[in-house]
Amino acid sequence: MDTIFDWIALHQQIIYIVVLSVFLGIEVIGRVPSVLHTPLMSGANAIHGVVVIGAIIVMGKAEQGNYAALVLGFLAVVLGTLNVVGGFVVTDRMLEMFKKKK
Amino acid sequence: MSLLSFIYLLGSVSFILGLKMLSDPAKARKGNLIAAAGMALSIIGTIFLYRDDEGNELHNYGWIFGGIILGGIIGTLAAKKIKMTAMPEMVSLFNGMGGACAMLISIVEFRHLTASFAIDTYSDRGFVFFSTIPGGELLIIMLGMIIGTVSFAGSIIAWGKLNGKIKDFSFRGQHIFNLVVLAVITLLTIYILCCRPEETILFFYTVLVLSVVYGVLFVLPIGGADMPVVISLLNSFTGVAAACGGFLYDNPVMLTGGILVGAAGTLLTILMCKAMNRSLKNVLIGSFGAQAAKVAAGPQGNYKQITIADTAVVMAYASKIIIVPGYGLAVAQAQHACHELEKLLEEKGANVMYAIHPVAGRMPGHMNVLLAEADVSYDKLMEMEQANEVFKNTDVVLVLGANDVVNPAAKKDPASPIYGMPILEVEEAKMVIVNKRSMKPGYAGIENDLFFQPKTSMLFGDAKAVLQQLIAEIKTL
Repeated sequence: MDTIFDWIALHQQIIYIVVLSVFLGIEVIGRVPSVLHTPLMSGANAIHGVVVIGAIIVMGKAEQGNYAALVLGFLAVVLGTLNVVGGFVVTDRMLEMFKKKK
Repeated sequence: MSLLSFIYLLGSVSFILGLKMLSDPAKARKGNLIAAAGMALSIIGTIFLYRDDEGNELHNYGWIFGGIILGGIIGTLAAKKIKMTAMPEMVSLFNGMGGACAMLISIVEFRHLTASFAIDTYSDRGFVFFSTIPGGELLIIMLGMIIGTVSFAGSIIAWGKLNGKIKDFSFRGQHIFNLVVLAVITLLTIYILCCRPEETILFFYTVLVLSVVYGVLFVLPIGGADMPVVISLLNSFTGVAAACGGFLYDNPVMLTGGILVGAAGTLLTILMCKAMNRSLKNVLIGSFGAQAAKVAAGPQGNYKQITIADTAVVMAYASKIIIVPGYGLAVAQAQHACHELEKLLEEKGANVMYAIHPVAGRMPGHMNVLLAEADVSYDKLMEMEQANEVFKNTDVVLVLGANDVVNPAAKKDPASPIYGMPILEVEEAKMVIVNKRSMKPGYAGIENDLFFQPKTSMLFGDAKAVLQQLIAEIKTL
């Protein structure tokens, strides 16, 4: 039990961020009209591409001789970027169409 | 506060603002751009300003920029080239890439962790010894790997199913089998964390393989109509996987971005289910399509067909027309032809509106995007409630490739699998013309009473071809 409390105390900040973000995530899209479900899904899809930052860190820390880490890290950067760039561009294309006829 | 922390704060705020604005039609596009700008800033900040615990900068810039440029070019091209009708599978594919990214990060970090600790302890103990690996870190790595992998495998299957490359597949007892796979994944993970067996590395990769299996089997039996719900769910999975990365690197922007998407994605999944009047549980284990296929009997009763020429006459002289576009229109890419018909009829003095069911098309809101692409004015689109009030005063309803969303069984027949789903009550109109390719039932695999009613006429053919002929015919009148 103590170890759990220690762990919570140690990571207090992160736990706060997680809990508050959960509520925020739910609150922020609470009243989305069904018209926007597809673009919203696509936009959210682009945002979780933030995982690419992890890939960049992995890549940037890999030692020169460690080819497995280099190759896997490189792949991760490519795929993560695909997710980010593709996600935002596709969402923009969709939303561009909503705007045109205003 | 270092500059990077400030950048991460900006990034997190941009994601929140972006999501908020994405749920408002007038601000959605700007919201997307704001989130994209925050993302770009966070990525650039990470590359140049990140320091690890010992204060070292990142290296391998060549690899990093190479990867970003390569991914950026492919991503932009794919996103620009894709047809609007193929949007759902594109979103699914991009989602899978994010999942794979999370998976690869976990694998590299796991290798790093086991390698460094194994070397430290190997010499004095005589065997590989993993118990000194910090448990929290290992747990986060495994969670990120499992969730990312399931999301990756599931998204690829969803992508394949949506573009028709992979067929529905299920076997008896599949749900039980899936649960067993999930249980084995959980137990192995707990075993690794608690006991740190000598085979830790082997078990880690076993869990990886099982996660792929689970992701594949989880999505395979789910019917095409429910795919958007699954993609949305996998989307939130990838969000959680990204958040695991945030935990691992103590990186607030990954954490907020990931958790936000995880939470918002879950809510969006539930909202989509509601729009289709299906529960999430039903979507995931209902295997809707499989059951309904048995219910579908041969056609009951007679239907009457109508020719293009007759349709042209009917429509040219009607004063109030409502078009109900559906999946068939999306598949045939007939949105432009549809708009042309609308303009032509308006010139003839008719009042033409569109009635959009919340789940028309291939994803909720997809139909609005398609019609917007074809320049259909926004105020011509009616939502379901609005449309249901005006069907009574409508002369002709033209149903283009929609089926289940106009099936009166959803209101009348409690035994029907779609009973309770809100529908467009087109049968209230004076005349209904239904364009379909054949009498084949729609996604839900059930017969549609509407087609056999006296006021309904069937106009068979591909939506685009039929519309083009219809336009030509009306012009000659």
